[in-house]
Amino acid sequence: MNENNNLLVRLKDCGVQKSSKWIVKGISLEIHKGKIVTLIGPNGSGKTTTAKMALNILKSDEGSIENYSTKMAYVPQKISIDWTMPLRVIDFMNLTSHINKDEIIEALELTGVQHLIYNEIHNLSGGEFQRVLIARAIAKKPDLLVLDEPVQGVDFNGEIALYNLIKEICTKLNCGILLISHDLHFVMSATDHVICLNGHICCSGSPKSIVKNSSYIELFGEHNAATLSLYQHEHDHSHQTDGSVKN
Amino acid sequence: MFDEFFIRALVAGVGIAIVAGPLGCLVIWRRLSYFGDTLSHSALLGVTLAYSFSLNIAFSVFVISAVVALLLVSLQKKTKLAGDSLLGLLAHSTLAIGLVLIGFLSYIRFDLMGLLFGDILAVTTADIGLVWIGGSIILIILYFIWKSLFSATVNYDLSAAEGMRPEVSNFIFTLLLAGVIALSIKMIGALLITGLLLIPAAIARNISNSPRQMIVIAILSGILSVVVGLFASLEINTSSGPSIIVVALLLFIISLVPLEIKGQLQKR
Repeated sequence: MNENNNLLVRLKDCGVQKSSKWIVKGISLEIHKGKIVTLIGPNGSGKTTTAKMALNILKSDEGSIENYSTKMAYVPQKISIDWTMPLRVIDFMNLTSHINKDEIIEALELTGVQHLIYNEIHNLSGGEFQRVLIARAIAKKPDLLVLDEPVQGVDFNGEIALYNLIKEICTKLNCGILLISHDLHFVMSATDHVICLNGHICCSGSPKSIVKNSSYIELFGEHNAATLSLYQHEHDHSHQTDGSVKN
Repeated sequence: MFDEFFIRALVAGVGIAIVAGPLGCLVIWRRLSYFGDTLSHSALLGVTLAYSFSLNIAFSVFVISAVVALLLVSLQKKTKLAGDSLLGLLAHSTLAIGLVLIGFLSYIRFDLMGLLFGDILAVTTADIGLVWIGGSIILIILYFIWKSLFSATVNYDLSAAEGMRPEVSNFIFTLLLAGVIALSIKMIGALLITGLLLIPAAIARNISNSPRQMIVIAILSGILSVVVGLFASLEINTSSGPSIIVVALLLFIISLVPLEIKGQLQKR
């Protein structure tokens, strides 16, 4: 019972097909309140597509999606605001729901950009804009937060601070987080469940178990894997160039 | 003081400017100016059909514009042509069909110039009612879908993820655009409607720094263009549509001045 109450999204054998080619296939995952699920994998492995399925932006062409969350917030990977629109940070914070000003300022303070509140969005740097995006998602107080490479373009110190913030928000709001990240150190140290993607789920599990998994080692190379794990195992499958499993 | 037809044109024109303001801003933000053009070119076909089957002009223009918009969406899915090519294809073929049909309708006295460039003499009391009632309906619908439409304009995925249903509001927006074209065709003419949508919004973009401000300024400069344009049209006996657009252009040039001053100040 309790288990079910905490469930936000369940994907069962989901996949997305584009012009008769599967971008991702056989994706099953669950996101629970207060837990961080991370997607890792090389470029084009279907991380963003999987996140979009969880968000109901993309329909799954197979399997089923159950979504129990009432309030979702999204930090997309690439976002370009059209320069033809005069949009200030404060307007952007209110984009999909009305948030009162104190809460806006509070959220902007958390990501360190409260001084930019009346600036036009198109005058912000990439990193500043990324911080605004994260602040906006937090200010919505969602029960499901999807972050697609949230710290891209953020300076080195900021990166660590923002990752810590994400972890903190997860506990404070008791929200479920689906995170796409290339920062393996954070993934391994702070998340609850890791899913390794390459067009399908290569392996998944707790960070501890993942680093020992042979598919993970194959996907990220021995050097990266070794920094996080002392173990190495036999490969149980290998990939073709499109990511599908070689038989 | 003024002839009645002129008062009628003024009242109708101001109504159109109020509706065109917010829609024009959305057209600019979403880079849909060519889409607006396509809809208004197809409006001519709507007018000829209205004459052929003695339908209400605004109704028939609205239907044709909406059909063209839907056609565009389905062609975009089916063909590999880019959006601008498809728009060009639809704009010119519907315009051509409209002009061919006019040729067949030689038994009706036809004021082609009026259709293409607008005619204030043509505005009737019924038209005023149509503009204000139709315009109010458009604005009310726009008010209700605004949050969804605006968030989807900023970022579609974000809007979809956060439950704003942008696909629905995008569809409704297309119909509203068809609606404003239907309302303004008599006064502005098929060829120049996009100008009344675009130019006031462009003026507003030059001198505003928030979305709300931009909409208000777009409405005000639209009204100013219509009023001054109609006076000029009366005084120097020109078509109403072009006169209004020329005034709007002059306002646009004036709106560049503050930008220029700001630029100079920043250089110092």
